[in-house]
Amino acid sequence: MSALVWQIGTVREIRPETAKVKSFTFSLPEWMRHRAGQHYDLRLTAPDGYRAQRSYSIASAPERESAIDLTIERVEDGEVSTFLHETVIVGDRVELRGPIGGYFVWDATQRGPLLLIAGGSGVVPMMSMLRHRAAARSGVPARLLVSSRTIDDVIYRAELDQLASRRDGLEVFHTLTRAQPAGWTGYARRIDDAMLAEVARPSAKDALAFVCGPTAFVETAATGLERAGFAATRIKTERFGPTGT
Amino acid sequence: MPELFVTRGFSGRPRAAGAPKDRIPPGQHLVSDFPVLSAGPTPRIDLAKWQLEVNGLVRAPVRWSWQEFLALPAEDFTKDISCVTTWTKLDTKWRGVSLDALLERVQLDPRALALVAACYGGYTTNLLLSDVVNGQAFIGYEYDGKPLPPDHGGPARLVVPHLYFWKSAKWIRALRVVDEDRPGFWESNGYHIRGDPWKEQRYTGDP
Repeated sequence: MSALVWQIGTVREIRPETAKVKSFTFSLPEWMRHRAGQHYDLRLTAPDGYRAQRSYSIASAPERESAIDLTIERVEDGEVSTFLHETVIVGDRVELRGPIGGYFVWDATQRGPLLLIAGGSGVVPMMSMLRHRAAARSGVPARLLVSSRTIDDVIYRAELDQLASRRDGLEVFHTLTRAQPAGWTGYARRIDDAMLAEVARPSAKDALAFVCGPTAFVETAATGLERAGFAATRIKTERFGPTGT
Repeated sequence: MPELFVTRGFSGRPRAAGAPKDRIPPGQHLVSDFPVLSAGPTPRIDLAKWQLEVNGLVRAPVRWSWQEFLALPAEDFTKDISCVTTWTKLDTKWRGVSLDALLERVQLDPRALALVAACYGGYTTNLLLSDVVNGQAFIGYEYDGKPLPPDHGGPARLVVPHLYFWKSAKWIRALRVVDEDRPGFWESNGYHIRGDPWKEQRYTGDP
């Protein structure tokens, strides 16, 4: 494999997803097809040479050519995420290097079923997988469970509704941990074994599970899936701590 | 170095804050907490069944139970550590057994070149022997004066502080001595074969 080079991506679009989360579309001079679940490194350089670098999951499908979407949560005191949220505008250029990572990835040619468990912005790599699944017209059964604080914190809510409405074997479950709107019919608590067992039930034997979110969330989810009958080798995890800016 | 591409509007954090520059490798930033990263669920290992083995190209494999392992000469280590996800943590405090102490209890075959660190849960990583001898690596079982918690690799993990922290394999089970430096888990999934933070050896193909 040849080395990944830094290239200069140009911001083509910035879309707010929630109050704290924005999606950035970068066009890339040397776009390379990624695998859903991979990430890019993004690097900022100050005039005196000071640099700050972070990794961000790709949100777009590999079928979308010549550009990538990165969905980035603004982290309190996050040096890079704060800059991207507050200072970057369409037309700005930043250095990017990727796609990176060969483990937390899913391809529509793989057998399912697929079980995706996301905490907060942990849904970003799952979105790449689901957009890829839709673009590839895959009928692999898939279930997504997303944990968010409130309805307004749900990232990609409208698109997830739309994807689920295709009735092509994808089911989306939400849990809202802090507050629920009137008439809410989804889950209303932090993830636990009972919830995981319900969401995992039809598929526990042969499904491939992906879990992404804050460390404590991932620990709970991965342990719960093991108790629901998943082999540890069928559970792929990706964690971000409070410093994962 | 190629010409610097300066990001419009970016000045970064005040430079005075933080630690001496010579302790933070390029592309890294300081953290004060201890983030957890792993590829799968956290294994829970029964100490009664735990064992550590050195095998492969040695005259006779050696295996330690938990009690036997604790009886080996332990040392305190204070080390800076860097994760490929760009965090660096200074002055982490460990207690453990140096790999020198383990390797002097086996007789290495003349062909011995590298180690495969194999773990409970199935993780593996590769290390050159030249990266783990002479005080460069240890099996840590206490962190900050307390037993190493499972999510950080407890009961015991390999610690190789001068390489990116994916080389510091959690839940260590065996060190297999081999004559070839073959990629382990992350090294087969896009990450660098050696992983020196000061050379920014993050991904496959980096210099």
